[in-house]
Amino acid sequence: RKNVEDFTGPRERSDLGFVTFDITADILNGKNDFCSIFDWNVKQLFLYLSAEYSTKNNALNQVVLWDKIMLRGDNPRLFLKDMKSKYFFFDDGNGLKGNRNVTLTLSWNVVPNAGILPLVTGSGHVSVPFPDTYETTKSY
Amino acid sequence: LYYQVLNFAMIVSSALMIWKGLIVVTGSESPIVVVLSGSMEPAFHRGDLLFLTNFHDDPIRAGEIVVFKVEGRDIPIVHRVIKIHEKENGNIKFLTKGDNNEVDDRGLYKEGQNWLEKKDVVGRARGFLPYVGMVTIIMNDYPKFK
Repeated sequence: RKNVEDFTGPRERSDLGFVTFDITADILNGKNDFCSIFDWNVKQLFLYLSAEYSTKNNALNQVVLWDKIMLRGDNPRLFLKDMKSKYFFFDDGNGLKGNRNVTLTLSWNVVPNAGILPLVTGSGHVSVPFPDTYETTKSY
Repeated sequence: LYYQVLNFAMIVSSALMIWKGLIVVTGSESPIVVVLSGSMEPAFHRGDLLFLTNFHDDPIRAGEIVVFKVEGRDIPIVHRVIKIHEKENGNIKFLTKGDNNEVDDRGLYKEGQNWLEKKDVVGRARGFLPYVGMVTIIMNDYPKFK
């Protein structure tokens, strides 16, 4: 984790988090039953991994770190290892330092051919504790 | 002829009542919107119709598809919420991005604006119908057709 000027937006120094993760979704025989979600009226799933945490500045923060579009017909298994986040994980302030309670959850938005757009959150989640100090150099 | 005019007026006012009723029931000033751009493909395409709700107590959460208007502009934009920071008192600021866009929407916001707030939201996408909104787009592109 670094404390860097948030160059994507506000010009104050904010915490920037670096997270690597694995995603395993074993559809064919597991609780992550993507196969049964893909019925005739499902056009695609929009999957996303979000980090949720609290800081002194904000009672609730949610940051989408990674997303993927899975169309009906695509391989419904996900075996992703050592993934880096797709988007920069900037906090609104310095709330990542020493934050022990950052939770990563996988969720998905079901996009039908026509009809209702439900948002579903996966049942598993992982806690990622952030260290108390900043990294000075690290190749990302 | 009198009867026909009265009949027509009945139909028009019924339609108006239904529309106004929808606005009240959904809490959104614009409960049905047409997708205008391809920035949410392959989920939504130009011409798709979206049904929105805008209940005050509905929290805005990452992953939701919201329809918002940038201050000073009339065009509703349909994108996904990718970042939220909410204070204890419920004040929330959030960032959006189109699924099909490489970058987030900061380039679309007002000069100097980095976040959206609840007041910018027209509604949350709850359901959709493909293609049906094409009529509106055709009418806009070819005003003669109107």
